[in-house]
Amino acid sequence: MYDLIRKTSTVLPEDVTSAIKKALAREDKGSVAHKTFDIILKSIVLSSKKSLPICQDTGTILVMIEGRPDKSIFHLEKSIKDAIRKLTKEGILRQNCVCPLTEKNTLDNTGLHVPQIHFEPVNRPTKISIMLKGGGSENMSTQYSLPNSKIQAGRDMEGVRRCILDAVFQAQGKGCAPGIIGVCIGGDRASGYLFAKKQIFRNLEDKNPSPVLASLEKTVLKQANELGIGPMGLGGKTTLLGVKIGNAGRHPASYFVTVSYSCWATRRYVVELTQKGEIKKWI
Amino acid sequence: MDMKQITSPLQHDVIKGLTVGDMVSISGRIVTGRDQIHKYLTSGGEPPIDLSGLVIYHCGPVVIKEKGQWKITAAGPTTSMREEPYQAQIISKLRPGAIMGKGGMGEKTKKAMSECGCVYLHAAGGAAQYLAECIIKVEGVHLEEFGQPEAMWVLTIKDLPALVTMDSHGNSLHDTILNDSSKRLEELFSQPFSVKK
Repeated sequence: MYDLIRKTSTVLPEDVTSAIKKALAREDKGSVAHKTFDIILKSIVLSSKKSLPICQDTGTILVMIEGRPDKSIFHLEKSIKDAIRKLTKEGILRQNCVCPLTEKNTLDNTGLHVPQIHFEPVNRPTKISIMLKGGGSENMSTQYSLPNSKIQAGRDMEGVRRCILDAVFQAQGKGCAPGIIGVCIGGDRASGYLFAKKQIFRNLEDKNPSPVLASLEKTVLKQANELGIGPMGLGGKTTLLGVKIGNAGRHPASYFVTVSYSCWATRRYVVELTQKGEIKKWI
Repeated sequence: MDMKQITSPLQHDVIKGLTVGDMVSISGRIVTGRDQIHKYLTSGGEPPIDLSGLVIYHCGPVVIKEKGQWKITAAGPTTSMREEPYQAQIISKLRPGAIMGKGGMGEKTKKAMSECGCVYLHAAGGAAQYLAECIIKVEGVHLEEFGQPEAMWVLTIKDLPALVTMDSHGNSLHDTILNDSSKRLEELFSQPFSVKK
């Protein structure tokens, strides 16, 4: 677990790096956007080379485990917590857990319900998905209940499009644009946020198996980039690096659109484990 | 575009000479301060060092102690807007030369910047390693009881790149981008979605 979490904090996933390189190439030389992307790319190289955090906000640690429900899950939970404590001591993870009652930092990144470890029982070899999500971008995540009269969003795909574009507009540069957007259409107040976040694990290059969602993803990505917000909200041609949309069954009375905003430094990896709990392959 | 070289603490005429859109390269002494420091300084707390002319950097760095010495391992900017309720009061009372962070700030801060002579410097969010390389010395730390990210770190920096996005003449790049993107959003809302076959 140590290697997995250390890599997540220090090495930006390839699909994200490649999307940032393409974004740099679209900007005019000498522009603020070009300069910003240039600094970002240099910083990515440095963090990987020195094995140091990409961003000083090493985020909230989200862990999703899929696997057979047996005792090994308890060992996994322990090894995740041990790794987190060690990496915090080493300065690879920042002390990011505060008790809201005492306002005291727990100093080791663990606390009540922290880290969040979700377990889904499946009859397959164990797969672990890990994400370090920055607080600034998490603050920009939002949920709409449709119909919404303010942005004239009804309960259809056009309504969903309006929600996502509005969320990107509201975020401006504050979530460290260009962001990656995970969306969940449907679900309830709680599951919507979880499924929206889960979409961010998808590779930026993949194609949504649903033709409607694939088309919506493409349209919203193109249109969001026409907003001109640009990297860090300082103006430019790239406001988003990706849009990934999923859905979940909804109650007849509810129609939630949940938008999870992830910063350009989207740090997430998925690995498959051997029976001994070692990394078998990076997915 | 040429970078303007500036040194913290900033002189009043240097501050006045900066306008929105200027790319700057900052050197000298700066302090970090985020949520807890801002709350502390606006609720009767005395600043541990004289802040006049200094750059206050909205940053919660990752710091470790190596052989008895502090070492910053990552130090990018945090979202400045969280300090909007406090910033104007700090600017008028303690007279820092610049506020550095990311995402820009609101009307109250903009007004205080015009009245007192102060600018907002936008650093590249997330570029924690590039920016950490510009920190050449940790001079000390104050109010460590707030926790490592929230303490006030006194740093010496060299050639840290930033963009002036709010100046002391009432201009804000963030206002411009917000207005332009708002107009663009209205246009996009008038093009309803249909599935392309």
